[in-house]
Amino acid sequence: MANKKLGSDNLAGWLFVSPALILLTLFVAIPFGSAFFFSLYNIKLNSDRPKTWMGIEQYRRILFDPDLSPIFYKSLLNNLQFALMVVPVQTSLAVLLAVMLNVKLRGISYFRVFYFMPVVFPMSLVAVIWSLLYSRDQLGIANTFLSKLSFGLISPVDWLGNPKIALISIAILSVWAGVGFQMVIILAGLQEIPSELYEAASIDKANKFQQFRHITIPGLRNTLIFVVIITTIFSLRLFDQVYILTQGGPLDSTSTVMFQAVTSAFGEGNVGRGSAFTVVFVLIIIVITVAQRFFLREQREVK
Amino acid sequence: MSAVKKHKTLRQSAHYTALSIVTIFYISPILYMIIGSFKPSGEVLGGLGGLIPRNMSLDNYRFVFKFFDSDATGHFWHFYMTSAFVSFMIVFFGLIVNSMAAYSLARLRWRGRNYIQTIIVLLVILPFEAIAVPLFYILRDYRNTYFVQYIPFIASAFSIYLFYTFFINLPLEIQESARLDGASPWKIFIKILVPMSKPVFASVTILTFLASWSAFLFPVMMVDESDVVPLPVEMAIFWSQPPTDWGAIFAFGVLLVLPVMIVFLAFQRWFIQSVASSAIKG
Repeated sequence: MANKKLGSDNLAGWLFVSPALILLTLFVAIPFGSAFFFSLYNIKLNSDRPKTWMGIEQYRRILFDPDLSPIFYKSLLNNLQFALMVVPVQTSLAVLLAVMLNVKLRGISYFRVFYFMPVVFPMSLVAVIWSLLYSRDQLGIANTFLSKLSFGLISPVDWLGNPKIALISIAILSVWAGVGFQMVIILAGLQEIPSELYEAASIDKANKFQQFRHITIPGLRNTLIFVVIITTIFSLRLFDQVYILTQGGPLDSTSTVMFQAVTSAFGEGNVGRGSAFTVVFVLIIIVITVAQRFFLREQREVK
Repeated sequence: MSAVKKHKTLRQSAHYTALSIVTIFYISPILYMIIGSFKPSGEVLGGLGGLIPRNMSLDNYRFVFKFFDSDATGHFWHFYMTSAFVSFMIVFFGLIVNSMAAYSLARLRWRGRNYIQTIIVLLVILPFEAIAVPLFYILRDYRNTYFVQYIPFIASAFSIYLFYTFFINLPLEIQESARLDGASPWKIFIKILVPMSKPVFASVTILTFLASWSAFLFPVMMVDESDVVPLPVEMAIFWSQPPTDWGAIFAFGVLLVLPVMIVFLAFQRWFIQSVASSAIKG
């Protein structure tokens, strides 16, 4: 009986899955596989010369060539720095906001809407708005604030033009755009913590901070692990903001691995090198995801 | 008793006040854009004065429509149509194709299903950036078309995954009894499963629409002719061309985000819930 049924769905099963499967094969699986294939050839756009086999030469250039490798390592370092700024700041801000919004007050859910709003904004628009906030003269909002808060002690900052500050500026606007997303996830996590725990803690005279430390944080553990992992991946994917605001500059201080992949292939027409950057990018994502899962799980088991 | 109550209302209003201040500070960039879009361009960049609604008019909006009204600059309604059409195609065909695949994986028994399932789960992790460059090269002969902007994005491993987790949790009994009555898999899908699954269809619609309306990386590489350029790319071009007319740029920005905002404010509960649930399931 069971076997007969198994047989009877075979045709329907494949028919239902095939439109998606064909599209995914054509536009995801094949391009993904081609990235590696293309990276082994010298492929140039707008060139009539046939593509030539290069083997791993492209990777050697990216990793060891004295002219090409510095920009790669600089970009990789920027990616990591960006992640190290965004992940802790955005996650703790999101927890803070979620805790503030997780109270039973009338109209509290409307506040959620405001914090979530930037999430529905296209990143290109966020970048354009912040480019004006970051205006380098005294009249930019960010500089006005700094000057008012410091009673005029801090002189106007060149937010996107100073190589020491540009990446931080991009991190700030990225946190602003993304924190509402994390907050909503954490809020859902908070609401799954049984309220009896807090009631018991109140009876035991635990103060708000102790409750936060010993009930909220452990209760959010799984949610936080998840949030940290996706925020890390989001920050490694950094592209739109950089492409619009700084084009990787000044002095490559905001260049990222993905930005290099796109500018090599699309800007310089060097598809082989762009593909090699893409392969390296995927490897980084895989390594970091696996490492993070491993590390965070380890910690959980120790606990 | 009344002292306790008084204490409580006091604490509540303190909470509201603190929250309101933080919130206003947080959304000030959005307010800045909206207010700026109605102000004379010269007054937008003016320190905190840029946040004060003064000398408001619709001039910037009129300017945007008038500026983008020639074949050289492209027509504003054209950018809108491009974004709307591309988003519609991705959402509409995506719903059909992805829900069908998920139904097959969650509800039908067929040989090879487990392999396909594993492949889909692996593809969910793969970010679009990982295929952007090779996809650009493969499709380079189809630059500046509409279909190159939607065909690659119709099937989505992530959407299939969202449908799958919803379908797999629906009770099996109804399907089984319909099956014993001789209903075909197609009939069960259309008549029973789809009507039961409105929430997940709504969630996938929202998430897909958000992503496609904001698409930037791929259109930047694939499209540079004004009659097929989507709104976000055109806004970035408009912004980068001197002289920078801030009032007009903000008006453009408001028009770009307006459809998403209207849908968001109308269905905000849905929006927030679907984003949260999609993330938690993932």
